[in-house]
Amino acid sequence: MPKRADLQHVLVIGSGPIVIGQASEFDYSGTQACRVLKAEGLRVSLVNSNPATIMTDPEVADATYIEPLTPEFVERVIAKERPDAVLATLGGQTALNIAIGLFENGVLDKYGVQLIGADVEAINRGEDRQRFKDIVRSIGADAPRSTVCGTVEEALATAEEVGYPVVIRPSFTMGGLGSGIATDEPMLRRMAGHGLADSPVHTVLIEESVLGWKEYELELMRDRSDNVVVICSIENIDAMGVHTGDSVTVAPAMTLTDREYQQMRDVGIAVLREVGVETGGCNIQFAVHPETGRLVVIEMNPRVSRSSALASKATGFPIAKIAAKLAIGYTLDEITNDITGVTPASFEPSLDYVVVKIPRFAFEKFPGADPRLTTTMKSVGEVMAMGRNFTEALGKAMRSTETTAAGFWTDAAEPADAAALVDKLRTPVDGRLYTAQRALAAGATVAEVSAASGYDEWFVDQIAMVNEIGEQVRAAPSLTPELLRLAKRHGLSDRQVAALRPELAGEDGVRVLRWRLGIRPVYKTVDTCAAEFAARTPYHYSSYDEENEVEPRTKAAVLILGSGPNRIGQGVEFDYSCVHAVMALQDAGYEAVMVNCNPETVSTDYDTADRLYFEPLTFEDVLEVVEAERAAGPVAGVICTLGGQTPLALAQRLKDAGVPVLGTSPEAIDAAEDRGEFSRVLSDTGLLAPKHGMATTFAQAQDIAATIGYPVLVRPSYVLGGRGMEIVYDDATLESYIRKATDVSTDHPVLVDRFLEDAIEIDVDALYDGTDLYLGGVMEHIEEAGIHSGDSACALPPITLGGADLRGIRAATEALAARIGVRGLMNVQYALKDDVLYVLEANPRASRTVPFVSKATAVQLAKAAARIAVGETIASLRTAGVLPATGDGTDLPVDGPISVKEAVLPFHRFRTVEGQGVDTILGPEMKSTGEVMGIDAEFGTAFAKSQAAAYGDLPTSGTVFVSLANRDKRAAIFPVKRLADLGFRVLATEGTAQVLRRNGVACEVVGKFSDGPGNCVERIQSGEVDLVVNTPFGTPGNGGPRLDGYEIRAAAVGMGIPCITTVQGMAATVQGVEALRRGDLGVRSLQELHQVLADAQAAKARG
Amino acid sequence: MTEALLVLEDGRTFRGESYGATGTTVGEAVFSTGMTGYQETLTDPSYAGQIITMTAPHVGNTGVNGEDDESRRMWVAGFVVRDPARRPANWRATGSLDDELVAQGVVGISGIDTRALTRHLRDRGAMRAGISTELDQAELLARVTASDSMTGADLAPGVSASEPYVVPAVGEKRFTIAALDLGIKTATPRYLAELGVETHVLPATATAEQLLEAGIDGVFVSNGPGDPAAADYAVAAVRGVLEARRPLFGICFGNQILGRALGLGTYKLRFGHRGLNQPVLDRVSGTVRVTSHNHGFAVDAPLDRPTDTPFGPVEVSHVGLNDQVVEGLRLLETPAFSVQFHPEAAAGPHDANPLFGRFVDLMEANKEGSAVTPAPVVESSTGEKA
Repeated sequence: MPKRADLQHVLVIGSGPIVIGQASEFDYSGTQACRVLKAEGLRVSLVNSNPATIMTDPEVADATYIEPLTPEFVERVIAKERPDAVLATLGGQTALNIAIGLFENGVLDKYGVQLIGADVEAINRGEDRQRFKDIVRSIGADAPRSTVCGTVEEALATAEEVGYPVVIRPSFTMGGLGSGIATDEPMLRRMAGHGLADSPVHTVLIEESVLGWKEYELELMRDRSDNVVVICSIENIDAMGVHTGDSVTVAPAMTLTDREYQQMRDVGIAVLREVGVETGGCNIQFAVHPETGRLVVIEMNPRVSRSSALASKATGFPIAKIAAKLAIGYTLDEITNDITGVTPASFEPSLDYVVVKIPRFAFEKFPGADPRLTTTMKSVGEVMAMGRNFTEALGKAMRSTETTAAGFWTDAAEPADAAALVDKLRTPVDGRLYTAQRALAAGATVAEVSAASGYDEWFVDQIAMVNEIGEQVRAAPSLTPELLRLAKRHGLSDRQVAALRPELAGEDGVRVLRWRLGIRPVYKTVDTCAAEFAARTPYHYSSYDEENEVEPRTKAAVLILGSGPNRIGQGVEFDYSCVHAVMALQDAGYEAVMVNCNPETVSTDYDTADRLYFEPLTFEDVLEVVEAERAAGPVAGVICTLGGQTPLALAQRLKDAGVPVLGTSPEAIDAAEDRGEFSRVLSDTGLLAPKHGMATTFAQAQDIAATIGYPVLVRPSYVLGGRGMEIVYDDATLESYIRKATDVSTDHPVLVDRFLEDAIEIDVDALYDGTDLYLGGVMEHIEEAGIHSGDSACALPPITLGGADLRGIRAATEALAARIGVRGLMNVQYALKDDVLYVLEANPRASRTVPFVSKATAVQLAKAAARIAVGETIASLRTAGVLPATGDGTDLPVDGPISVKEAVLPFHRFRTVEGQGVDTILGPEMKSTGEVMGIDAEFGTAFAKSQAAAYGDLPTSGTVFVSLANRDKRAAIFPVKRLADLGFRVLATEGTAQVLRRNGVACEVVGKFSDGPGNCVERIQSGEVDLVVNTPFGTPGNGGPRLDGYEIRAAAVGMGIPCITTVQGMAATVQGVEALRRGDLGVRSLQELHQVLADAQAAKARG
Repeated sequence: MTEALLVLEDGRTFRGESYGATGTTVGEAVFSTGMTGYQETLTDPSYAGQIITMTAPHVGNTGVNGEDDESRRMWVAGFVVRDPARRPANWRATGSLDDELVAQGVVGISGIDTRALTRHLRDRGAMRAGISTELDQAELLARVTASDSMTGADLAPGVSASEPYVVPAVGEKRFTIAALDLGIKTATPRYLAELGVETHVLPATATAEQLLEAGIDGVFVSNGPGDPAAADYAVAAVRGVLEARRPLFGICFGNQILGRALGLGTYKLRFGHRGLNQPVLDRVSGTVRVTSHNHGFAVDAPLDRPTDTPFGPVEVSHVGLNDQVVEGLRLLETPAFSVQFHPEAAAGPHDANPLFGRFVDLMEANKEGSAVTPAPVVESSTGEKA
């Protein structure tokens, strides 16, 4: 069936900010969808609030709306664009929920818009757990026994019936939010309560536990001729009970016979048909009893999911791309398999390799959070690795995660006996594979480890084999070529071998030996068909096997090192820069070669770069790729400055190994990152930094603090995302910080900086080519200083800085860039206090804010950076049109649009072991997982949009809680009065209430947090407050206003309501509320806004 | 650890470790891309005389069990895998594959770059090969080049049942058929039995008379190994069945035999179709099925029009979408049809399973005398008629 003729214009809904359970995989799928639809000649409109995405690049869709993903705003986009259809199945649960909302409130009908890809009935059948179970049973398949409950009492009654433990699953939440396993009544009572609250429809499913059963997933696709194919089977090494997003998983399934696999496939297809997903992808989860083989269907996602992204990367079958084609009417047999170029997409990929996915967690960011893995997803990212066998893929995946340990034997472990280790395996936590290996090494049997961990014996036996090989390596009188080859064949890195053979002089020594023996990896190709047909796409992975498949090339290649697994502080923003570098280098005539291990990204789409190596970003793995590419043709060099800290940390070693490192040199990177070096940079440039010092002991730190005065900001050197940073007010806290910072040493001292209170914090992204500076943008933080820049809202252009400030910032930035030796992007953080500019830090690399600045100013900085890295200049890039002909981010037109970035925080996903919410305090350590952007003609409306995008719409009525620092009370009177006039009920802390009442604002006094029961925090938590205004100020000690502020903010975050922390923000909020009440908060596409900007710039240039 | 050698007739050599039995074996080197079902594959008589390379790297993970054999023994000439399992892990497993290979004398090799071998066979075609744990490269190559080629090989009588046997219907018996066993898999009579069909399995050399006598309602022509051009006895038997206008259904080798009985040619594919993921278009219903394949030969027939035969026109009912190979035949005036792929799966997806229902429908129609030709049945791959 050919393309539908009735569709000319499709609106694609994106997935919004990166949150746990919904990450950059939806940028990958959404970008594919937009490109496919556009290539098919359709007009594509897109709405997504997340600027750090490739899909929101203005060239991806025809009209790109960076607007809040709420039904109201999406309706405005529909009203303006009048699309024929909405495609919501590629934007995760967020997009799907919006589509349901628009269907239910009649908007789709009103504008005559069809929903394509799945209809609401099918979505409801797939997602409504009881209906889904009924469907499963109706086709003769099995499902766990369960009941949907609307009250805690119903939940308890069901548990009595099916027996504890029971699983709690709130309806319509993503990433398993609020779900878990209760082993007794009090636990169920508490969890059912939370679950009912988390569910938008206030129901939870209470279900027979299949804890410990084998867990599988199938990725399926169906077209409108009812052709169905299974793209991939995935087996979870972690048994049922651990969310699949938090599980180590393997593709294809490893421990099923054909009979069992085909039964699963039959059931999956029957379920898909019965649910009625007409076209597109879906994911179905199964559990299999390990002893009886009883197969039960667990759940289904009637849309493209995180697993679909993984399956796409694992097989080379681009599910999202195909889903978009199916949605507009094509059938699978009409679509060509990109990889072979000759066979159709109506087949099932066959793998001749093994894929392992390992999740990446961030528990270190959330002290107190329960680290046990449950049915609520907690991981923030993942890595994928491929090998020609399981052990090779496992070893690569383990070292891809960039945790302290990089595979077995690489970290020091407390000695423990087998029994203790086996016992430890009973609790699923991050790193359990390491414990399994230790238990085996300590003498536990495969059966014991399997029984305790729930891992299938086959997987445990594979770990046992690696363990045996490791022991052989350790014990052999000399490391023979045969043994080294065996070790490499089973995934051991040089670093692991070095750990086992200390006499080999470390990783470098092992490599020298290995190269001398000619033991080198070859590169195989992901081809969807197990080599049955030739592959046209150079999508490679390494293996210690015989035949190399890398084709020779003539054009010079540039390797771009990606950012590895998403984690807090290093996420999709860096992938954005890498993808832009690929495009820019292709434009400049190079072959772009991408190296990355994150399956959730656009950069690891085989369509993105000319060649893709799905490899760990370790020195060994990257160097081998470089060598393989050098053997294939000329290599201009490697770009290490766009993927965040991961590739940056490799730059020096690569250079030392003779690899040309493009752009900013490793020495320059060191000059910025090493505190001593950086001090010299500052003194040479005559710039100020907050007073600071370096300490390796508490005594030293105390001396420094005494000299520069409290409060001080303490942190380890070489960090990204502010890991381990804290603001410290007294000696006692300082001492405890130093004591906790276990890896402090002479090589890794602690930095102690004077903390500037009440300063304006400023972020700058700039380009430097050795001669000229292009200042991309100046961002003014809306939050008070001291909150990590990644967690702060900011505005661009800056809202309170004048021309002189901007000139000063520009001059400082230029001086820094020149002195450091930047060739490409640099990010500088400044603090402006009492008209004095302090340099907080300078990072000579792409920053998290590059995509935001690029979208706000219509200048693609990362592309320019990549071109500078290969020798072009800012002047030539201005001529080439990559950069504007004149001006830069310091002289944006005053009538241009204003952009606001707001951070999105994951606190509500974590609970302590006792089930309480975790400490939600924000500080210098970054905790946000993602960001949103509000863009509009003026600050107020842009700000309102950013809040709506992050938290949902600002309230237009209800109750506002106000607690102000003394310095802000005067300035806040007018905006609070305005809110009262608009009909808001006002709650205020005593001091604030006094001032308000004297100024004629009626308000109710509520206690401070320290006042005990009935205090403001409890009132917020009770749900009666719709808006929080709290401007804190810093004072030392515990229990003061600062701590109050944190508690208030935490409560607001926990309740998902907007919390305004500055007077500017409050004024902006009032403007936003008024705009919402008028109902005239309009939507404008990025293309229109960029045109406004271009026109204003042109007008200005004309004078 | 015993070393083993794999030598292809063009001299390409792989060195690995012995897997299964030791010794020397020769056969036609082919590859199968199925990711599951090695036990079914090893016991599928169609693989007789072939050295199978599994493209899936891990083989043996689920061991072997007493339920999944497709015939009375393993038939492959040799077995090539990359990473054999050290231990079986499955609740149905009764033993390890390695032990079973040794017990059945299947010589294998492991630890070689199976993808390199597959790419070689893909580019140069299936060819003769040998595996040995005792000969050197030159000796083994000499053995390989002296061995028989698959072209012209008549292998069905060697794998067929020597004596007739009956597989009873499950529940009420609705039909009785004769199955010409050219290498039949147990899944076939099992599926038929579930549809109320009693199957009388007859040896490969059974005549038309014997088939028609045993098969009151219809005749089934099974899959099997070898070159269809060498199986004139089966071609003759099928012609007899067609002349009697008794409903006939053929699978795989049976499809090729039907083709030859109709006067169509058969030819050897470069490297064949062996896998569980092959898209086939059912040209009658317009649907695509993911099917199980195992064939090195194919029928030569025009895709764009029916071909006249002594039994009336025949049309190509199914086409392989990867390479436009004939995957099914359907006579328009005689009650006979066949497919090149495996609706009985085992191993493989069950999408094409409803074809057994089509055979039953054909027998039903024939019994009532209301139709003499396979009705164009439009069905989804779940077997529901649309």
